[in-house]
Amino acid sequence: MRFKTFPGGVHPHDHKHFSASAPVEEFPLPKRVVISMSQHIGAPSQPLVKVGDEVKTGQKIADAGGFVSIPQHASISGKVTKIDMFPHPAGASAMAIEITTDGEDKWVDLVDDENFLQLSPQEMKKRIGEAGICGMGGAGFPTFVKLSPPEDKPIDTVILNGVECEPYLTSDHQLMLEKGPEIVSGLKILMKTLSAKRGMIGIEANKPDAIALMKKLLASEKDLSVVPLKLRYPQGAEKQLIYAATRRKVPAGGLPMAVGVVVQNVGTAYAIYEAVRFKKPLVDRVIAVTGSIVANPKNLRARIGTPFADLVEHCGGTNAPIGKAISGGPMMGFALPSLEAPVGKGSSGLVLMSQKEAGSIEERNCLRCARCVDVCPMNLMPSMMVQAVKADDLTLALRCGLEDCIKCGSCAYVCPAHIRLVQWIDRGKIRHAAAQRGQK
Amino acid sequence: MTEKYKVSPAPHLHDRTSIPSVMWNVVIALIPALVFAVYYFGLRSLWLTLLGVVSAVATEALIQWFRKVPITVTDGSAVLTGMLLSYNISAGSPWWLPVVGSVFAIAIGKQVFGGLGNNPVNPALLGRAFLLASWPSLMTGSCWVKTSKSAVMSGINLDAIASNLQTVAPKVHNLVTGATPLKVAQLIRDPNIYPEFSQKIFNGLIDLGTLKNLFWGNVGGCIGEISVFALLLGAVYLLWRKIIEWRIPFFYLLTVFVLTFFFGGIKGSGYSLTLPFFHLFAGGLMLGAFFMATDYTTTPMTKPGRIIYAVGCGVLTVIIRLVGGYPEGVSYSILFMNVMTPLIDMLTMPKAFGKVKK
Repeated sequence: MRFKTFPGGVHPHDHKHFSASAPVEEFPLPKRVVISMSQHIGAPSQPLVKVGDEVKTGQKIADAGGFVSIPQHASISGKVTKIDMFPHPAGASAMAIEITTDGEDKWVDLVDDENFLQLSPQEMKKRIGEAGICGMGGAGFPTFVKLSPPEDKPIDTVILNGVECEPYLTSDHQLMLEKGPEIVSGLKILMKTLSAKRGMIGIEANKPDAIALMKKLLASEKDLSVVPLKLRYPQGAEKQLIYAATRRKVPAGGLPMAVGVVVQNVGTAYAIYEAVRFKKPLVDRVIAVTGSIVANPKNLRARIGTPFADLVEHCGGTNAPIGKAISGGPMMGFALPSLEAPVGKGSSGLVLMSQKEAGSIEERNCLRCARCVDVCPMNLMPSMMVQAVKADDLTLALRCGLEDCIKCGSCAYVCPAHIRLVQWIDRGKIRHAAAQRGQK
Repeated sequence: MTEKYKVSPAPHLHDRTSIPSVMWNVVIALIPALVFAVYYFGLRSLWLTLLGVVSAVATEALIQWFRKVPITVTDGSAVLTGMLLSYNISAGSPWWLPVVGSVFAIAIGKQVFGGLGNNPVNPALLGRAFLLASWPSLMTGSCWVKTSKSAVMSGINLDAIASNLQTVAPKVHNLVTGATPLKVAQLIRDPNIYPEFSQKIFNGLIDLGTLKNLFWGNVGGCIGEISVFALLLGAVYLLWRKIIEWRIPFFYLLTVFVLTFFFGGIKGSGYSLTLPFFHLFAGGLMLGAFFMATDYTTTPMTKPGRIIYAVGCGVLTVIIRLVGGYPEGVSYSILFMNVMTPLIDMLTMPKAFGKVKK
C-alpha cells in the first residue's frame, strides 16, 4: 500500500490507545442540554423559542442568522428553561438555549427515503441546510455553504476527512468502523450536490482496520477511492489533506474550491446521510472522552448540548485531579476552566490531562534553532513572525506569513524554548485585522 | 462546579525538547574529542578545558546576577561555550589563556547582546579570535605540544625522508615536524623556499599514513580538533538525536572537498584524491563544520539559507588556507558567515505553501 503525505509537520505520540477500539456507546438521555447559538463559523443563530416553550427532539429552536450560519434544533424533548449566556465549548461564553428534559425524548416526525440518492441536488442541499449541519471536525463551517460554490468554480473532487491526526481523538475512527456504508452514502450525496466526479476518503496509517473496511466498501466503485496517508500532523488540515491526496495546492489566502475540491469530515458525511435520508437534524454526535486520568475512556454518541461534566461522570470520573480539560484535540483544542461547557457540533473530543501532564515550562529566549521553520506545514517563518509581532512590526510579520498561518501548533510543539508561538501569532492576526478595519 | 483547571493556549502537547536538552546533548557529543585529547596530549588538556568551562559558567552567572535576570547556567549553554573555546587552544597553553578567552566569549560575545539567542556571532569563536589577535604566538605555535604517542609531532608521514632531512636540512626538518599539518601545507605553498623538498613534503602530506594519523588524532593541533574519528562520533550522535541538521556540515565539507581537489595542489603535483581528504581531516574543519558552524543562533533559519551559509564557509576556509596569511581559516570563515546570517535569512525567506510566483 502506498501512503501519501504533505511536506512539513510533526509526529506527536498519538495517545489514541485510551479510547481506540472502544465501540460507540449511546449516552443516556441528559437531564438538561445547552444549545449554543454559536456552534459554527458565521453569524450566530437566532432563537425562535422563549422560556417556558415545550419542544420536541429535532424541533428547530433557532434560525440561521445569515447566509453563513445554521439553524439549531432541540436535542432532547422538554421545556425551554433559560435563554442566556452559557459557557461555550471553545472557552468563554455565548448565547445559548437551555432545555430541561421531560424524560421522554419525543421526536418530531422523520421520514425514510430509501431512494434518497435519487433526490435532486437542490432537495439534498435543502435538507442539509435545514438539518443545521456544520463541519464536525472542529472548524464548524456551515456545510451547505461549502456545497454552494460559485458557478465559475466547478468542483471535481470531494474528499472525506477521516485523517483524525489530532492525538487522543478516536471518534472519527470508530464512526468509520461502525457506520462505513452510511459514510459512503454521505460521500455520494456530497458528490451529487456538487456534481463532482471523484470521491476520496483520506485515512491515516494508524487506522489500518478503517482503511481495509473502506477499501472493501469501495471495491466496486470506480469513482470512489481510499487514500491511505502517512502518519503526520496536521494532515487533517484542509490544505494539507488536499495536497496529500491530489497534489493540488490551494492558493495562499484561497479556499479549496479554487482547486476544485471540497473537504468534509467523515462525521459530517454521516450527519449528511441522516439529514438527507431521514430529514434528521444534527442533534447528536460521537465524541471521544479520553485521557490518562479518565477511569473508562469511551467514544460516546451524545446529544448536542450535553454538559461535559455528565460525560465524564458516565466514564466513571477521573483517577486523579484534572489538570487540564481540553475541548477538541490537544494540538488545537481549547483548555476549559471547568466542565460546565456543553458538547457542540464541532466537539470531536474531550481530553482530560493530569496536573503533571498539564505542567508547562516558562518561555525563554528564541535560540533561532529553526525547528519551527522545518516543521511548518505552510512553509512559514514562525519564530521570525513572533519576533516581529513582539516588536509590533506587522509588515515583517506579514512577510513571514502571518495571514497564511493555520495555527496548527506544530511550531510550538517542537520549540525548545517553549515559546507560545501560536498565541503570539494569534495576537498578530488580531492586530492585523484591527489595523485593516481601521483603514477601511 | 467551582474547580478551575489550567487554561493555556494550544498546543497542549510538547515533544519535550528543551534548551538544556539541546545544549547538554552537544556537550555529550564533544566528550569523545576530549578523551582523545587526553590520550594524545595528556591530562593537561582536561584541566585547561575545565578551566575554560568553569570561567565561562562563572562569568555568565556573575553577569546574570549583576543584570538581575534569572541565572540560567544550568542550561548548559555556557558550559558549551567554555568547552568549545578550550578546544580551540593548544594543550601547551598557559592556564590563564582559556580563562581569559572564556570570560571574553561570554561577556563580550554573548551577555552584552542580551544573552542566549541574541549573540550575532558564535561566542566561542569570537573568544578564539580575541586570543589569536592578542597572543598570536601562543595561539599559532609557540606552545604546541607533541603528542605523547608520536615522535613526529605533526603527524606527517615523512618516515622515508625524515632522517635524510635531519642531516641535510635540519631547519626544514624542525619546521616540518614542529608544526601542525596545515602549517606545513602553508610553508610548502611557496616552492622557492624549500624547492628541493617541497614535492617530497607534499607527498608526505597526502600520504595515507598521514591521513591515518589525522583520522585518529595523532597530530599537532588544538585540544579538541585533532581526532576526526572522535568528532565524527559526536557528529553522528547529534545527527541521530536531530540536534543538528545535515545541510550545514554536508555542504561545508563538500565545498572544501571540491575546491581543494581542484586548487589544493602545488606546482606540478597534479590532482590527487587524498589531498581533499587531507584538507577535510586537518585543522579545525571537522570541529567547525559539525559543532560551530551549526550553532543555532548564528546560522540561517531557512533551508536554502543554510546551504548558502555552508558554501560560504567552505569557500572562505579554502581561500584562507590556500592563499591567506593564516594556515587555518575555519574560525574566521564561520565568524564572517555568522555576520551574514540575518541578510541570508531575509534574502531566502520561504514562500508560503500555495503562494504563487509573482
